[in-house]
Amino acid sequence: MTMQSRKWTAYRFLMVAAIVVFAASCVRTPPQVAPSAPPAPSVAEADPASPRPVPAPAPSAAPSPDAPPRLSDDEFSSRTLEEINRASPLEPVFFGYDSIELDADALEAIRSNMTTLESYSSWSITIEGHCDSRGTPEYNLALGERRALAVRNHLVDLGIDANRIRTISYGEEFPFTPGEHEAAWASNRRAHFVVTAR
Amino acid sequence: MMQIARPLPVAFLLAVSVTGTWLLAAPLPVSQNQRSEVDLRIGGRIGAQPRFAVPDCLTLTSDDEMQDASQIIAQVLWDDLAFEREFRMVARDTYGSIPVARTLTDLPFDAWRELGADGVISCSVRRLDEDRVEVDARLFNTRTYESAVGERYTGSLRNVRAYAHAFSDEIHRRQRGLEGVAQTQLTFTSDRDSQSVLGLVPDRQTKEIYVADYDGANVRRVTTGRTLNVNPAWAPDGRSVAYTSYRSGLPDIVVSHLYEGRLETPAAGTSDAHNFLPAYSPDGTQMTFMSNRDGNPEIYVMNVDGTGLRRLTSHPGIDASPTWSPVGLQIAFTSDRTGSPQIYVVGVDGTGLRRITFESYCDRPTWSPSPYNEIAYASRTGPGFDIKIVDLATNEVRQLTFGLGTNESPSYSANGRHLAFSSTRGSGEKQIWQIGRDGRGVRRVTHAGNNEMPSWSR
Repeated sequence: MTMQSRKWTAYRFLMVAAIVVFAASCVRTPPQVAPSAPPAPSVAEADPASPRPVPAPAPSAAPSPDAPPRLSDDEFSSRTLEEINRASPLEPVFFGYDSIELDADALEAIRSNMTTLESYSSWSITIEGHCDSRGTPEYNLALGERRALAVRNHLVDLGIDANRIRTISYGEEFPFTPGEHEAAWASNRRAHFVVTAR
Repeated sequence: MMQIARPLPVAFLLAVSVTGTWLLAAPLPVSQNQRSEVDLRIGGRIGAQPRFAVPDCLTLTSDDEMQDASQIIAQVLWDDLAFEREFRMVARDTYGSIPVARTLTDLPFDAWRELGADGVISCSVRRLDEDRVEVDARLFNTRTYESAVGERYTGSLRNVRAYAHAFSDEIHRRQRGLEGVAQTQLTFTSDRDSQSVLGLVPDRQTKEIYVADYDGANVRRVTTGRTLNVNPAWAPDGRSVAYTSYRSGLPDIVVSHLYEGRLETPAAGTSDAHNFLPAYSPDGTQMTFMSNRDGNPEIYVMNVDGTGLRRLTSHPGIDASPTWSPVGLQIAFTSDRTGSPQIYVVGVDGTGLRRITFESYCDRPTWSPSPYNEIAYASRTGPGFDIKIVDLATNEVRQLTFGLGTNESPSYSANGRHLAFSSTRGSGEKQIWQIGRDGRGVRRVTHAGNNEMPSWSR
C-alpha cells in the first residue's frame, strides 16, 4: 500500500509541477472572478526535490479559524474541471483485499485531502469507490459503496461539510490498472476523488 | 427518452410471433386415430434413449433463402433437442446415404431405421411472399410410420430459428412431458459496442445491456445510454428487463419495457439513494434490490411501480445480491456480516434469517425453479470462482465447474435443468456459458467482446 501511495504521490507531484511550470510560462492572467478564490494549498510549489510534497505539515496545518486568508495565487482557480481532475489534486485512498478499513496510509491521504478541500472551499467532490477484479462484480458494487462511504464519513468527521461530498460505487467496472496481478489489484482497490464543482 | 436501439423493435415483434401465439397459425391437426398421446411417444431400443435424426427441410420453393432456411431450421432443431439430453441425436453428417424425402410424409423410414433412428423429423419450408414463409414440421416414428408431433408455423423469413425452437419445445412437451427452454431468452451486459463514458475521468468504457435467444443467437441491444449498465434481470413475463444503470450519473435501477420502448426508474434514485442489483418476485409484482439509502448497503423490497418500499435487512455489514425464492416467500442474499461474503436466506417479512453457505467467499445466489429446491452461487475456490449448488433440503453442496478460468453469476433456466454463467475459461475474456445442473453439457453462447452477468428468462 505504501508503495502504491508513494508512486501515486510522485505521479501527482509531477502533474502539479508541470502545471506550475506551464502556468509560470504563460502570461499571468488575473485570477478569474473568484471572490473567495482559495489559495494554493501548501503543497507542490515546494522544492521539486522534496520527496513527499503532498502531506502538508499535518497537525499544525489544521485549519484554525483565525488562519489568515490566503492569497489567490492558485494553479487551479482558472482551470476547468477537466484540467483540475487531470492534475489529480486529491489523493486516492487505497484499501486491502475485501476491506474497507482505513490504514495509516489511507488516513494520511484523507488528512491531506482535507487540507486541500479546506483550501478550496468552493470545491464539491465525488468519492468513487472502486474494487479489484478478484471479487464478484455484484458484491463489489456494495464493497465500492462502503469504501466511498467510509472515506466520506472520515472526511466529515475531520470537519469537511458533508454537502460537498457525494459518493458513488463503480465496483470493479472501471479499473485504473488493467491486468490480473497484485500491483493492478492494489491500484484498483481505492476511493478515487473527482472534483465536480469549483 | 427512447432507449431502445434501432434493431430492436422488429426483432422483438418477430420474437413475439412465436412466444405469443398471435402470428402463429393454429397447430396442424395431426392424424392420431383417437389414440392417447402416450401411445405416440417414441421409445428407444431396449433400455436406450430414443434416437432422433433431423435432416434438412424440404424446400417447396426453390431459392437460396429457402435453401438456407431449410438447413437453419434442421440444425437449430437438432441443437435444441440435443440440449435437453432427452434424446440421442444422430449426427447430421451421417445422413448422406439416406434418400431425400419426396414429400413431408413420404419418408424412407426403413433407411432411417437402419441408421438407428427411432424418430425422424420431417419438415418443409415454403415461401409465401417477399418476407413470409410457411414451415411444416413433423416428428415420425420410424417403426410405426406414425406422425407423433406436427406443427405449422407462418411468419417472417427472418424468424425461422424461432419456429425450430417452438417445435423443439413442442416435441419435449408431447414426447417427454418436459417444458423445454428453446424459446427462452438471455439478457447480459457486454462491452462489445464499448465507447468511452462521458465524464470527468477519461479511459472508462461503457457496458450495455443485450438480450439474445437462449442459444446466444439473435443478439439485440437494449440500452444506448453510453454509460455503465450492469446486473440485468428478466421480469417473469419476459417483457421487461431491470438493470443497474449509471445513465443519470448515479447508479439506479432502470426498467426497460422491451416491447413498448418505455423506461422506468421505480427505485427513484438520488445522490443519496443509489440502487443496484434488481431481482423480480416470481409473480412479477415486486422487486428486491440493494440500496445505500440508509447509509449502508441493505436489501429492500418494493412494488414494481416503486410503492410499498420496505427494508429487509439491518446490519452494518454489506448485504447485497438479493434473489427471490420460486414461491415468493423468501429472499436469498449475500452478506459479509460474519466477516466474509456468504449466502443467507430470510423470509420476505424479514423473519427466519439463516446462513446457507460456510465457505471462503460466496455471492450471486440464484434460486432454482421447482421442482428443484436449491441455490446456485459463485464460490471462491482458488484465485477465481466456481459455480456451486447447495441443496436446501440436505445442505449438500455440489460443485459444477472446476477452476477453468473464473466462473461467476449463475442463473437458472426456466425448467431448472441448466444454468447460464460467466466464465473466463479458454480465451480469458468473460463469456456467457451454459451448463447442466448435473455439471454436464458445458457450452459457450456468446462470442463478441466480454459478456457477463447473465439472467435467463422464465
